[in-house]
Amino acid sequence: MIQLVASLLAITLRAGTSLMYATIGEIYTERSGILNLGIEGMMLMSAVTSFATVYYTGNLFLSILVAMLVGGTLASLHAFLSVTMRANQVVSGLSITLFGSGMASFLGQRLGPESNSGYLVGLVGSKFEPIAIPVFSLMPIFGAVFNQDILTYIVYVLLPVSWFYLYKTRDGLNLRSVGENPQTADAMGIDVGKVRYMYTIFGGMLVGIGGAHLSLSYAPGWTENITGGRGWIVIALVIFSMWNPARAIWGAILFGGINAVQFRLQASGTTIPASYLNMLPYLATVFVLVVLTWWEALSKRIGAPSALAKSYMREEK
Amino acid sequence: MEKKTPILEMKGITKRFPNVVANEQVDLELYPGEVLALLGENGAGKSCLMNVLAGLYRADEGEIFIQGKRVEINSPRDAMLLGIGMVHQNFMLVDTMTVAENIILGLSDLPFVPDMGTVSKRIRELSERYNLQVDPESHIWQLSVGEQQRVEILKLIYRGAEILILDEPTAVLTPQESKQLNRIIHQMTREGKSAIFITHKMEEVIAFSDWVRVLHKGRLVTVKKTSQTNPQELARLMVGRDVLFRLEKKDRNLGGVALELKDVQAVDDKGLPALNGISLIIRSGEILGIAGVAGNGQKQLVEVLTGLRKTTGGKIRIFGEEKSNKSPLEIINTGVSHIPADRIARGIAGDMSVANNLAMKCYRKPPLAKKGILHPKRILDLANRMIELFHIHTPTPHTHAKFLSGGNIQKTILAREIDACRGLLIAAYPSRGLDVGATEFVRNQMIAQSESGTAILLISEDLEELLTVADKIAVLFEGHIMGIFRSNEADTERLGMMMTGMKEGIGELRD
Repeated sequence: MIQLVASLLAITLRAGTSLMYATIGEIYTERSGILNLGIEGMMLMSAVTSFATVYYTGNLFLSILVAMLVGGTLASLHAFLSVTMRANQVVSGLSITLFGSGMASFLGQRLGPESNSGYLVGLVGSKFEPIAIPVFSLMPIFGAVFNQDILTYIVYVLLPVSWFYLYKTRDGLNLRSVGENPQTADAMGIDVGKVRYMYTIFGGMLVGIGGAHLSLSYAPGWTENITGGRGWIVIALVIFSMWNPARAIWGAILFGGINAVQFRLQASGTTIPASYLNMLPYLATVFVLVVLTWWEALSKRIGAPSALAKSYMREEK
Repeated sequence: MEKKTPILEMKGITKRFPNVVANEQVDLELYPGEVLALLGENGAGKSCLMNVLAGLYRADEGEIFIQGKRVEINSPRDAMLLGIGMVHQNFMLVDTMTVAENIILGLSDLPFVPDMGTVSKRIRELSERYNLQVDPESHIWQLSVGEQQRVEILKLIYRGAEILILDEPTAVLTPQESKQLNRIIHQMTREGKSAIFITHKMEEVIAFSDWVRVLHKGRLVTVKKTSQTNPQELARLMVGRDVLFRLEKKDRNLGGVALELKDVQAVDDKGLPALNGISLIIRSGEILGIAGVAGNGQKQLVEVLTGLRKTTGGKIRIFGEEKSNKSPLEIINTGVSHIPADRIARGIAGDMSVANNLAMKCYRKPPLAKKGILHPKRILDLANRMIELFHIHTPTPHTHAKFLSGGNIQKTILAREIDACRGLLIAAYPSRGLDVGATEFVRNQMIAQSESGTAILLISEDLEELLTVADKIAVLFEGHIMGIFRSNEADTERLGMMMTGMKEGIGELRD
């Protein structure tokens, strides 16, 4: 039993890492008032490019940089469209997802030796391996927490640091004000456009790492649609965490945890068809989200930044 | 006096918007330790001129000098560094943040991790010194409008502003709060700070300012020493004609009961009780005023009457029929009109034309629609008629409503609602933010409507308005009716006390 819980926890954290990166990234972006629905496309693009980097160079560090660069570049496109061009953010985000998904599968098909099947499974090269932290990793049950890859350890730190940054620092205060009330932020001398660009791009970089974690650690290799819709789940998890980075962990654990459980069930040879089990994490996320927002709406505590998805320009009514 | 160097000088400021010249060759001088009143109608360009000074707008022409030195103000940050601070008409505060957080927002010399303890302490010191009581730790949404204004002023003081711009600061205050604001401003000018004060209320110009500058249609009309002018003269200069300060009201015969509320209860958005048993009767031809500081249930009262909010108890009868918790359309169909408090959000569709906005209440029926198909020509005819009848200043009937000035937006709403009204008009702050001319127009329209037999519920923060327009005044405090008076028997002082929860005569706070 203990062993079962421990292994579930291990899978949960591994599955949750990429979600946590992307969720934190999107929280930064949305806190500035920009809604980026391009996450799915950005994760796919960074998954395929980071995998390709490792495939050709074997350099893991470089591959993460590439993932951040790709995520950041796509996000800067979104920032340009929604901040400078003041386009509809939903349309801009969706088109980035469409572009990213198509481009990623196009690139993926050209990877590997003489690949024409469109599927390149298994990593030829290095990947992020779990690093056991001495003593801690030997703990019963919670040992799994300390037997993860480096990206997971970094996200452990990123969660509280992001919370602190958002709520306790000057820059976090300015960021929140831009998402809540850009007119006020502007009148207080904050450069609304700059802040929105900065955090949309920074958020995109984190989303990029999330994508890279999928193809370099969680499911090493490149397969079509490696994200399995995780980019959309992230949108839900941001709401679930009420735009608070510290709460991003619960959403990731919810989705990752149910994923782990259904894997276990499949492995145990249950008679429930696998397709239904595969649906579980998505259904659960939707279900929890609906219940939660209904509950929060009742108590009027929805934490969405008031100016989310609204463009801002001075001298405009 | 003239020999002193002005702390601020604006020369030949011109600001153009698409289709509109908001300011044309406007000059302004401000001396240290003095208060300058900027007087003008809606759309006269007062706020625009000040937004140029605060760095939110960029002037197309003109120069600005601070203490004789030419300066460029390209952003609010530039203005702030020059010691210019502005309290905007719509407060620039982030609702979800605390008072302290709002005050330090955007400060550049703040440490990366601000010590909120020290910040709060400093705020407390300042609020004590200037008698601006407010708790630095409370959130903005928890504060009354008056308290929010104190936060805005504290924000400027905290930033060391030397020139304070106040855009219609008293529009949202009780008479007592206005007096307090006057004291605060004068305490600051005694310390050598200067203030520019935008208003269109004559009494305030006289009470608050040393100098007055009058703007009319974007141009500077005159500069006067306040002690050498009077309200009548200022009003004439501002509007460009004589204005009646007293409204003529004829005696009317009251008809049957138009609106009856019995022990009506409702909760606010947070689920807290907002109306705690309201009972009222309004007869046809009668104007009942509701006095009270905003946030004491006015919003909820209007919403339950217009079908926008559910009651949690009690009964609403309109023309004798039970109308509690009916849909807005059903209530509209019984002949109820509504002039909403939030014009922009609930009164107009900003991105639709003025004509369509005017047709918005009667487009469902002939002659404007036939079998569900709109008749654009007839809508345009109707719009042109109303634009003329209500003196709505709009470039064309096809102009988007959001481009009109506040006063003209209000006239558009008024025209539509009065046209559709069949016996009961719910008017929330109908003259708020309007200039003398437009205010006079709105008030006269309401009186004319009541004379033709309409029952009117008039919600207002302006006691002067209630005393002149309404027949009876009910004071609303924390969702209770504190008392109902005939308006010829009530006085400002007594109403003001009751608005802050004090029972008459006793002089002590309720609970």
